[in-house]
Formats: sequence, structure tokens, C-alpha cells
Amino acid sequence: MQLDWPILSVLVWLPIAAGVLLLLVGNRGLAVGRWLALAASLATFAISLLLWREFDPSTASMQFFEQQPWIGAFNAWYTLGVDGISMPLIVLTTFITPLVVIAGWTVIEKRPTQYFAAFLILEGLMIGVFAALDAMLFYVFWEAMLIPMFVIIGVWGGQRRVYATVKFFLYTFLGSVLMLVALIYMYLQGGSYSIADLQALPLSMREQVLIFSAFLIAFAVKVPMWPVHTWLPDAHVEAPTGGSVILAAIMLKMGGYGFLRFSLPMTPDASRELDWLIIALSLTAVVYIGFVALVQQDMKKLIAYSSIAHMGFVTLGAFIAFEIVRATGQVQGAAMGLDGAMVQMISHGLVSGALFLCIGVLYDRMHSRQIADYGGVINTMPVFGAFMVLFALANAGLPGTSGFVGEFLVILAAFKANFWYAFLAAITLILGAAYTLWLVKRVVFGPVGNDHVAQLQDLNGREFFVLGVLAIAVLALGLWPAPLLDVMRPTLGQLVQQMMMTKL
Amino acid sequence: MNPASITRLDLVLATPEMFLLAATCVILLGDLFLRDRDRWITFVLSLLTLAGVAWITAATGFTERTVGWHGTYVADPLSTLLKIVACGAVAVAFLYGHGYLQVRRILQGEYYVLGLFALLGVMVLASANSLVTLYLGVELLALSLYALVAFNRDSGIAAEAAIKYFVLGSIASGALLYGMSIIYGVTGSLELGVISNAALQMPAGQIGLLFGLAFIVVGVAFKFGAVPFHTWVPDVYHGAPTPVTLFLAAAPKLGSFALAFRLLAEGLGAVHATGWQDMITMVAVLSIIVGNVVAIAQTNIKRMLAYSTISHVGFILLGILAGTSQGYAAALYYTITYVIMSVGGFGMIILLSRKGFEADSLEDFKGLNARSPWFAAVMLMLMFSMAGVPPFVGFWAKLAVIQAVLDIGSLWLAIVAVALSVVGAYYYLRVVKLMYFDEPTDKTALQGGGGAMRFVLSLNGLAVLLLGLFPGLLLALCARVIP
Repeated sequence: MQLDWPILSVLVWLPIAAGVLLLLVGNRGLAVGRWLALAASLATFAISLLLWREFDPSTASMQFFEQQPWIGAFNAWYTLGVDGISMPLIVLTTFITPLVVIAGWTVIEKRPTQYFAAFLILEGLMIGVFAALDAMLFYVFWEAMLIPMFVIIGVWGGQRRVYATVKFFLYTFLGSVLMLVALIYMYLQGGSYSIADLQALPLSMREQVLIFSAFLIAFAVKVPMWPVHTWLPDAHVEAPTGGSVILAAIMLKMGGYGFLRFSLPMTPDASRELDWLIIALSLTAVVYIGFVALVQQDMKKLIAYSSIAHMGFVTLGAFIAFEIVRATGQVQGAAMGLDGAMVQMISHGLVSGALFLCIGVLYDRMHSRQIADYGGVINTMPVFGAFMVLFALANAGLPGTSGFVGEFLVILAAFKANFWYAFLAAITLILGAAYTLWLVKRVVFGPVGNDHVAQLQDLNGREFFVLGVLAIAVLALGLWPAPLLDVMRPTLGQLVQQMMMTKL
Repeated sequence: MNPASITRLDLVLATPEMFLLAATCVILLGDLFLRDRDRWITFVLSLLTLAGVAWITAATGFTERTVGWHGTYVADPLSTLLKIVACGAVAVAFLYGHGYLQVRRILQGEYYVLGLFALLGVMVLASANSLVTLYLGVELLALSLYALVAFNRDSGIAAEAAIKYFVLGSIASGALLYGMSIIYGVTGSLELGVISNAALQMPAGQIGLLFGLAFIVVGVAFKFGAVPFHTWVPDVYHGAPTPVTLFLAAAPKLGSFALAFRLLAEGLGAVHATGWQDMITMVAVLSIIVGNVVAIAQTNIKRMLAYSTISHVGFILLGILAGTSQGYAAALYYTITYVIMSVGGFGMIILLSRKGFEADSLEDFKGLNARSPWFAAVMLMLMFSMAGVPPFVGFWAKLAVIQAVLDIGSLWLAIVAVALSVVGAYYYLRVVKLMYFDEPTDKTALQGGGGAMRFVLSLNGLAVLLLGLFPGLLLALCARVIP
């Protein structure tokens, strides 16, 4: 499908332009600035819905393709396009951003216009990451994204925000510079930074292993996978609510997206040889981090660890395909793990975003994230309690919510490969239920814990709207995931073929 | 050389330098008759001179390599580009420094005259085609800089820096001269082209050539401020008045690049693989490591930027050691972008300073975002650019250099370079942290610099962004001027 205007460029640059405009307006124009931010983010969302409507789900090729010369000296092009993997992630991005703007509407007191501007610029850059089809362009968006996030955590974060944001920046920066070396190496081999060309570039096993390792470091930090996850709990705990939401809902997906777009198709042989490594790390994340989540005293930290465990499913689903082929000897059904990984990414974006917003609602009232400071919130905030329980159940993977679909598909795929993989992965259903339900029990249910809880006000209209919209999305995706699966299917089918083809 | 043998071509070749020399002498004499409050005339005349030199350079711009003055002088696209960029850098340095010197009542005409003489040194270096011309350029530049560093005569720390710079610089010049004399003895010529041919004829590892080469590398590394010949850099950057530091960080770096390119690539390119590549590799790696690691411990921003300069020099040398035209182009690109970033960085220090307050401590940047969101944003762009984060221009410079290094198959060099740029990111982030995350201790409005300076500094910041979004033009230009 091709529109006669560059829809992807508009999606990337409209929020960035609005963000820059907002910076120029400054804090004096807060009244106007807020509405400007909301209008820009809603307009971006509307355009992305148009993108979804015009998207042709019957093909695996890149759609809404744009290409302009950019840097002649490096043969780098300004190339944008989407397929079944990137389109849903772009819609997720544009869906979450207006909610973050609304959630921060009156809550942010320090330099609010800069706050909104940072989120808008971040949104454009994130869409750029998903839409870029030139590795150099991808890298520029990928790195540039760190700057607004660095500022968001550092300016509007909590007590130890400086430590957390510097750790976040350096961790991800270190990961990505090695990816840069790998990209340059491939460019010198093939003379092109186009992702399609890099996917077709023949590479020896040794080269593939080195490149795979460089990618692994970059994406594993971003996902984050055990054992390079330690920045995430710090960043989440210290970030303002909006920052946590964007971080959990979208930025973690960059790592998963990187595996699907770079590692698997560019170094298929190395991925096949080293899939045990990823599977082992993923299962470690699922099981070990699940136990870690169980003992957290801080609500945000608990959700952060639960994010790591859930993202373990994404990487597990992405790499289990090799094991399925090995076990069954046929390619049919290998895509199931990838399906699960994609659904899990979208679902986790919605559920974790919603949970962080719930915690934000409590934090705005009580200024505490400690579980022990709460108890019996449902008595004073019944509507909030209902939402919190719903999202917690979705996080635990209750059937009927979006959380179930992705986990179920991945566990099913793991069964095809090896019973014990599935057994270990399924432990998360128990652990996930344990830590989220225990969280809910301690925070929401029971008698009113203290005087502060007794004085809590229930959700206001703004908060109700944000959580309501997310609840609808979580239920819709859980009850009827077919539209999402249909959009992804041809692309994932092609990806499986690329994975099974040797590049040696 | 008798006067009759000077051809018209020779004169055309050196017109920009002759014009600059004449104009500088006029300014030097004219300034004697000006009272202190009329000093702006010197300033304006200097800027006009710079514009004139840049215009003449562009107008006489040689598209082909043309040698004149009996083989001692060359004009080629590279020299044209270096000279024009140097004029721009000097003009910006004058512009940023004017207000600073004025409010401290140390604005003397000599600041401009010495600056212009230093520029002349850079231009001679850019066009040198013989060892003697190179040495002439080096000394002209160095002597002007020694005097500039000591410009504030009542400042003890500046005098100390100047003496240190002078003593160490003289030793380095001596080493350079000694190396040149040995090269002359071995090859029998002062002219770079002849030296290059002679070196090609010699067997690999010819001991006299390598001996001379070692001294030449010492001289080049010193002029760049590369480890282990870097000890003067932090002290001089710290001790000199900020406008002089700014000057030091800009145009002379172009001169150093010209010195390295003319001597090592054009003169001694034949002994690249067997001679200087390994030496420069060590110097470059040490510079990147020491510069980035030691910068973390600094509390004075001028010292921090001095160590950051050392690490940037390491990157420039990485491009040079590749020895390919792609590598030289990358090094040139890096040098030019470094000049743009560093004048911006020191410009910000001048902007924050006021009479009796230097703003050269990192703490002085606290809460800048609350005092001036726009200039905090400019500094943020400069810092992220120096750290090599896209979409700013510094990223492309690092990319070009790493690409050149990978192209010659040095994976380990590329990994060292990127790993240490992560270390380097830490201290640039600290500046951003101070500006954005901390509240200001000093809530007054910024006082340094007039409207013109603020305008140019804003453009400076935007240039870092725009050249980063559209790096193609400058990259192509750098690739084109390297033969």
C-alpha cells in the first residue's frame, strides 16, 4: 500500500517538531503548551491509525517505503518503511504517548513544558527506530533516543535519579557502540548500510559469531536480559511515572525488535549455533528474576523485575524456532514462538505501562512506593482497586487478558521443542501469579492500613480515562488477538525462512 | 633565491599570506595610535582582515596541486580548505574573546596581532612543501601562542603556564628540527616530494630514516598535545585566559593536522607501514585512554576540556595512522568538527563568566537550564556531540575514524576507541547533569558576551546539530581535498 504523502516521515518528525516548538514556547506558555503536546500526540496517534488501516497484511515486503539520499560518503540513505513487525510497535508507541501526556497533565510541577517536549521528541525518535530501514539511520535514532530519556529520568526522577540515569545511559551506550562496530564491519564488506542488503550479505561463521555477539550485547542490555538487567530496576524506580511507562512499554521492545530485525536475519547461522545461550539466559530471567520479584518491597521495583521476566519470554520465543526445527525436523510451526514473542511485546507494553500508571496514581497521593505503606486501598479507592486487580491479573497471564496470549503461545512453542523448556517457562505462570497477586493482596485488599490510606481520593476523570483506555486494549487483545496475529503473520513467516537459510 | 627568479605564479600562490602579513603589520602599527576606548577599531580591522584572507584564499583557490617558490610552497584544495576554516576559527575566537578582555581591561591590540601572526603560522603550515617551510610555520605559530598565553601579564598562573609551554615547546621544536636534519641528511633534500621519492628507493627499516622519523613523531605528537607529550596541555589550557584557551583549541589544531599530513603522509608516506604507523598507534591509544580517564577526575572545566582535547587528538591520530586517503579524510573531518565543538565549549565558559568570576569550575554550570534554557541546550548539544552521540556532528567524526581503522583491519583499535568513548561519555554527562538536574546556586542572568557573541554562539550550537543531521556535505568535501 502506498499513500501519496510520506506518512512515516510525518509520524517521525511531527512529534519532534512539536517538541522543539514546545521548548521554544517555554514554561510561560504552559497552558498552551500542554494542549499543544496533547494535540500533537493525538494527531500522531490518529496518523498511525491511518497507517494501520492502509497497511496491507497480505505481504511481507516493506510498505510505505520512502527513500532519500542522505550521506553520500557512507552510502547511507534516509530510508523508512514498515512491515508486520514494526507497524504494531509504532502503533503501540503512538498509543502510549498521549496517555503519558495526559497522565502528567497536572502532576509535573517542575518545568512542565520541557517535560512534555522531552516525551514528544522521544516519541518521534522511537518511531524512527522502528521505521528506519537503513542501519545508520536506525543507529542514529537508537542512540539519540537516550538523550531525552537521560534528561527525563535525571530531571523529574526520584531521590537517586542521577545515579540511575547515568547508569542507564552508560549501560545502553556501551551496548550500542559495539553494535556500531559490527555495522561498520558489515558495511565495509558489502558497501551498504541498507538493512535489506545487510540481511543478504554472506558472512563466514567466525564473522557471524562476532557480529552476533556485538548485537547480543546491544540488544540484551536493552531488553534487558539477565545478567545485564541491573540498570532497569534503578532506572524504573527513579524515573517519573511517564518515564517508567515509556521505558517499560516501548524502550524495552527495542531490544526484542533488534533481535528480530538484526540478529536473526543477519546472522542466522550464528543464531542457530548459539540459540542455547539465549534460551538459557531467557529461562534464567523467567525463573530467577521471578523469585527476585517475589521479595521486593518497592512496588516499582517489583514491576520492573516482572518486566525482565516477561521480556525473557520474548527472547525465548524468538530463538525457540531453531529448537523446534531441530526437534520436529520441519519448518511448520516454527513461527509460533515468534508469534508469541510479538504478542508478548505488545501485551507487555500495555500491561506494564498500565501498572506503572497505577503505581503513579498511588504515588501522586501518598509519595511512597513502599508496599508496606499501603493496605486496603480498595476501601477508599474502589474504582482504582478494580483497575489495579485487572492489570495485575493480566500481568499474571490470566486467560482473557492480553498477557495470556503471548505467554501461552511461547510455552506451546517451547513444548514442541523440548518438554523441559516448557516446564521451566511455565513456572512463570505460578511465580507471576504469586508476586503480582501478593502485591495486590498487600496493597489493595485487606483492612485499611493506616490513616493516610483512609484519606485517599479515588480516581479523577483524567486518571480514569487513561486507565480505562488501557483496560479496554488489554481485554481486546486478550479476547481477540487475531487481527494482530494476521498483521504479523506474513512477515514472521518470511523471517522464519530467513532464519533457516544459511549464509555461509 | 634571487628576486628575479620569482614568478607571477609564486606571487599568486602566496597572496593570502602576503595580504595577511601586510594587514597584520598595518594593524600592529595603527593600534599604537589608538586610545583604549577606540580599541574596537583594531577588532573590526582584524575581522575585516580575516574576511579578506578567506576571500582571497577562496578566490585564488587552486583546484590542482600547484608547487611554487622553488618547491617550498604548495597550494592545493587541502590548503585552501584548511586556511578558510582557520580564518573562521580565528574570527570566532576574536568575537568570543572581545567582550571578555574588554571588561577585564586587558584588551590590547596585541591580542589581535598575535592571533593573526599565529594564523599566518597555520597558513604557512597548510601550504608547506619543504622541511624549512614547515619549521617556519611551526615556530611562527608557537611563538605567537607562547606570548598569547602570557597575555594577562598580572596573572601568575598564566605566566607559569606560558613558561611551561615555552620550555617544553622549545624542546619539542628542537626534537622536530633534529629529526628534520637527519631526514635531510639521509635523503639529501628538504623538499617533501623529493624526500618521498628517496624514501621509496630505500630498503625497509633504513636505520637513519627511522631515527629521524622518531624525532619527527615526537615533534608532531607534542604539537598535537598527544600522550606522552601532553603534560603542557592541561596547565596551559587552565592557566591561559579563556579567550586564549579558546584560540589554542581551534586554529592551531588545524596547523597540527597540516604538519602531520604534510610531513608523515606526503613526505614520509613510504615508511608508513614500516615506520610511523606503530609509533602513532601507541601515541593515539595512549591519548584516548589517558585523556578520557583523567578527564573524569577534573573539577575545573577548562582542565576537563583539555583532557577531552587529548582524547580527541587520539581519535584524529587514529585516522592518520590508517594511512589511507579515507583515513586522512576522516582525520581532517574530525579536526574540523573538533574545532567547531571546542570553540563552542570554551565560548560557553566565556558566556558564563563575568568580571572577577571565571566560571571555569564545573560547579559553575549548576542549574544553567534554570538560568538560560537556550544556552543550556547549546551546551547539551556540544557535550553530547563531544561524547559522540548522534545526531550531533561529533558522532560522524568518530564514525569516520572508526570506519577508517576497521578498513585497515584493526578491529582491536576500533574496540578500544569505542569502549573509551563510553568512558568519556561519563564526564560529558556530568556537565549535562549539573546544568539540568541541579538547581542553580547563582541565579543571576548570564553576563558574559554581547549580542553578537550570543548570536554566533547560538549558531555554533546549531551548527553542531545541523552538521550532524546533514553530515554529507562536509564529509564529501574532506574526502575530495585529500588526494
